[in-house]
Order: sequence, then structure tokens, then C-alpha cells
Amino acid sequence: MQPFNYHRPTELADVVKILANSEDPKLLAGGMTLLPTLKQRLAAPSDLIDLSRIPNLQGICEDKNEIIIGAMTCHADVAASDMVRAFCPALADLAGQIGDPAVRHRGTIGGSVANADPAADYPAAVLGLNATIETNQRRIKNDDFFTGLFETALEPGEIITALRFPRPKRAQYQKFRHPASGYAVVGVMVAQFDAKARMAITGAGPNAFRPHAFEEALTGSFTAKAIEGLTLDPDELLSDMHASAAYRAHVALVLAKRAIGLIS
Amino acid sequence: MNISLTINGEKITRDIATNLLLADFLRDNLRLTGTHVGCDTTQCGCCIIHLNNKAVKSCTMLAVQADGAQITTIEGLAGANGALHPVQEAFREHHGLQCGFCTPGMVMMGADIVRRLPGADEATIRHQLEGNICRCTGYQGIVEAIMDASSQAKGI
Ligand SMILES: Cc1cc2nc3c(=O)[nH]c(=O)nc-3n(C[C@H](O)[C@H](O)[C@H](O)COP(=O)(O)OP(=O)(O)OC[C@H]3O[C@@H](n4cnc5c(N)ncnc54)[C@H](O)[C@@H]3O)c2cc1C
Ligand code: FES
Ligand code: FES
Repeated sequence: MQPFNYHRPTELADVVKILANSEDPKLLAGGMTLLPTLKQRLAAPSDLIDLSRIPNLQGICEDKNEIIIGAMTCHADVAASDMVRAFCPALADLAGQIGDPAVRHRGTIGGSVANADPAADYPAAVLGLNATIETNQRRIKNDDFFTGLFETALEPGEIITALRFPRPKRAQYQKFRHPASGYAVVGVMVAQFDAKARMAITGAGPNAFRPHAFEEALTGSFTAKAIEGLTLDPDELLSDMHASAAYRAHVALVLAKRAIGLIS
Repeated sequence: MNISLTINGEKITRDIATNLLLADFLRDNLRLTGTHVGCDTTQCGCCIIHLNNKAVKSCTMLAVQADGAQITTIEGLAGANGALHPVQEAFREHHGLQCGFCTPGMVMMGADIVRRLPGADEATIRHQLEGNICRCTGYQGIVEAIMDASSQAKGI
């Protein structure tokens, strides 16, 4: 690992200042993605800014019909939260399926969403559950957030502060996990809201996405039968050593039906 | 950078490089070589320690991130009088190790599982061990040991 300056501010305003005054800074959350990247020398930032001591980035609270999860809340805390489980069990289940217990004790929701790994789990929740990404500058709608492979709408100097999830009537997450890493070869979130059904797929494309034809069918009837015959176009999906695009397209359908079957 | 932390009950202050990993700090600077480095890529769990009572992989943390923390390593798990921790005792009883390389991490993760999930069943324990790799035992003795310690913790 290359040397760097390490900062551990206790206020968000100081993070902004350090970001502005450093040559090539990086935010450090749980470090579960960033530190392996530094160890492999795939990145060599001049400054690391540790977000762990900023009090208002931590914790989970409920506000009217939303649950608000601070960016620095670790996966284990989301998985074990009674508040999250009562609000949306699918979200707690998803967090409990990330990696392994030691990874879940360090990795954070903000870090995962900012990193936008195509095989990460949280992006399926952000899109499928219609979340809003709150930053130090603005609120970003989920549909505008994931813009490509490891790419997001975050501007340089922008810090995710919290994720806001509205309450679904019911939701389910199903994942075909990579047996070694735990990442999603494919993961599918389905959710029913008052007016509309939503569905999001992670692991299959360059970034998580919503298959709109499926959502329309599910809005008409929230049953596995409603999506019978619908397909995903493999040309728009990823092929790699783990799975071909055609295989991913098929697994996504199986998982979607399984998820709907579990709640309808 | 100067850091102060408590390791196995002892207060320690050191001046270290910011890019020093916690696992290397424990092994090289403090000579606590019970914490093993098996993969250095966050996969194997040999380097697991307890940071503020939670199992974490010390190969994927900077030592400076642990400033102010309470850390327990495998060296500090047994009681002050040398009495083995129930998970250590159960590993001996159930033959939960062969070469012993994965064992510090397995025991530290086992203690974390027993704390969080007393009375956990076999499937849960196997799922919880997803981040710990053993090249020798086939896991059977490890799972039996943690199940035994876990049911004792629940008073089953
Ligand atoms: C062995 C292993 C298995 C894993 N398995 C899974 C899995 O099954 N599913 C899954 O989804 N993930 C998995 N992960 C990834 C894990 O969930 C990470 O925790 C996550 O991707 C990154 O979160 P972090 O808090 O560790 O972020 P870091 O590694 O600290 O940061 C990641 C990136 O996000 C940026 N960042 C961090 N916080 C913010 C913020 N608040 N605002 C703006 N930018 C920010 C950082 O600058 C960095 O570029 C796994 C990781 C490991 C090591
Ligand atoms: S050495 Fe840390 S997980 Fe393998
Ligand atoms: S006992 Fe040898 S690696 Fe587990």
C-alpha cells in the first residue's frame, strides 16, 4: 500500500474542507472495498478521510413513512435492526446476506451504494424500494443515481449522508450468491407499493436496473403468473467467467418468480 | 501517527505509519503472532480479531482506524487464570483443528457467533462461517465445537 495522509474529522464540514484541499483524496467508510483496492495498488490516493467518527452519519431512525439509514451504518446493524425488520423485512434480509459476518461488521450502506459494484446487493434495494440518496449537497432520486459500471451521479466532493426508504406494502429479495465471494451473480428485489409494483435486478447488468415491462405486469397483478412469458434481453447483460448473459437472464426470471411466490 | 488502544486489557501507545495494516501491527510491532494472515484478501478469516467486541478481519483494517478501540486477539481470549474460553475448550473436545493455521480465526469467529446467536443450529453456524476457510478439517469438528459452545451459552 502506498503512503497517504490519514484524516479522521469529527464534523462533516471538515470532510468537505479536506476534500477541497487535498490533491487526490478518498473517503474511507468500512474499507471493505477501498482497502483491498489500495493493497493491490489499483489506487494510490494522497489522502484518506475516515468517516467513522462523524456522529450524524450513524444510525437508523423512522420518520413518518420513511426509514432513514445513516451512510456509515454497517450491514450487520441493518440486518439486526428491529426497526428495519418491522419496516421492511426484505431490507434486513438483504443486508444479512452480504459477504460474511466480519465483512458485515465493517462494510457500510453508504460505501456500498457509492461504490456501485455491478454485483452488490444494496443497489437492488435502492432501486426496487424507491430509495432516495441523501448527500451533503442534495437529494438524488434512485433512478438518477446508478449511471454505469462503478459509476454514480455523485460529484467530486459529494458525500452520501443517508439512504431514505419509503415503506412498501410488501417486498422480497432473492439472490443467487457467488459461492466464494457472496456477491450477487444475480439478485432480484420485488416490492409492492400502494399505486405501483417495483422490481430491480442487480448482478446481471453493468449496474442495477428496473425492468419496466415486469413492473407494469406486476402492477396489474402481483403474481408470478403475471410475468410468465416476459424475458430479459441477454444483449444488455454481463457475461463473465461466473455466468453467461443468457444464464443471468434466465436466473433473474427464476428469482423474480420465487420472490413473488414467497409474498403473494 | 500516534495511536492509543487497549489490546487484551493492556493499554498500548505507538507511533506508526498510516498505511500499516492492523494485522501487521499486531504481528510485527506487538509480536502477537497468534493472529494469522492466510490470504491478505479478506477471504479466509485467519486474521479475525474482536474490535469493540465484534469479529473483524484485521488484514482489511488500518491500524490507525483502531485508535481508541478495545481489541481482543486470540492471545487474550482465555481467562486471566488461563482457563480456556468455552469455544477453545469445545475445539479441544471436538477435535476442531488439525494443522491449526485457521484456528485462531475460527475460534475468534466462533466466540462472536456464540455471543450473537446462542443456541444456533448447524445450518446457521455453517452460514456464519462463510468468511472462514479451513484447508484441513472439512469443517465437521469446527461446526460441532461451535454448536456445542453455542448450546452451552444458551443453557441447552
Ligand atoms: C470478502 C468480501 C465479500 C463481500 N461480499 C459482498 C456481497 O455479497 N454483497 C455486496 O453487496 N457487497 C459485498 N462486499 C462489499 C462490501 O459490502 C463493502 O462493504 C462495500 O462494497 C463497500 O462499503 P465500505 O463501507 O466498506 O466502503 P469503502 O470500501 O470504505 O469505500 C468504497 C468506496 O465508496 C466511497 N465512499 C464510502 N463512503 C462514502 C460516502 N458516505 N459518500 C461517498 N462516497 C463514499 C469510498 O471513497 C470508496 O471509493 C464484500 C466485500 C468483501 C471484502
Ligand atoms: S488474512 Fe485476513 S481474511 Fe485472510
Ligand atoms: S486446521 Fe489446518 S487450515 Fe484449518
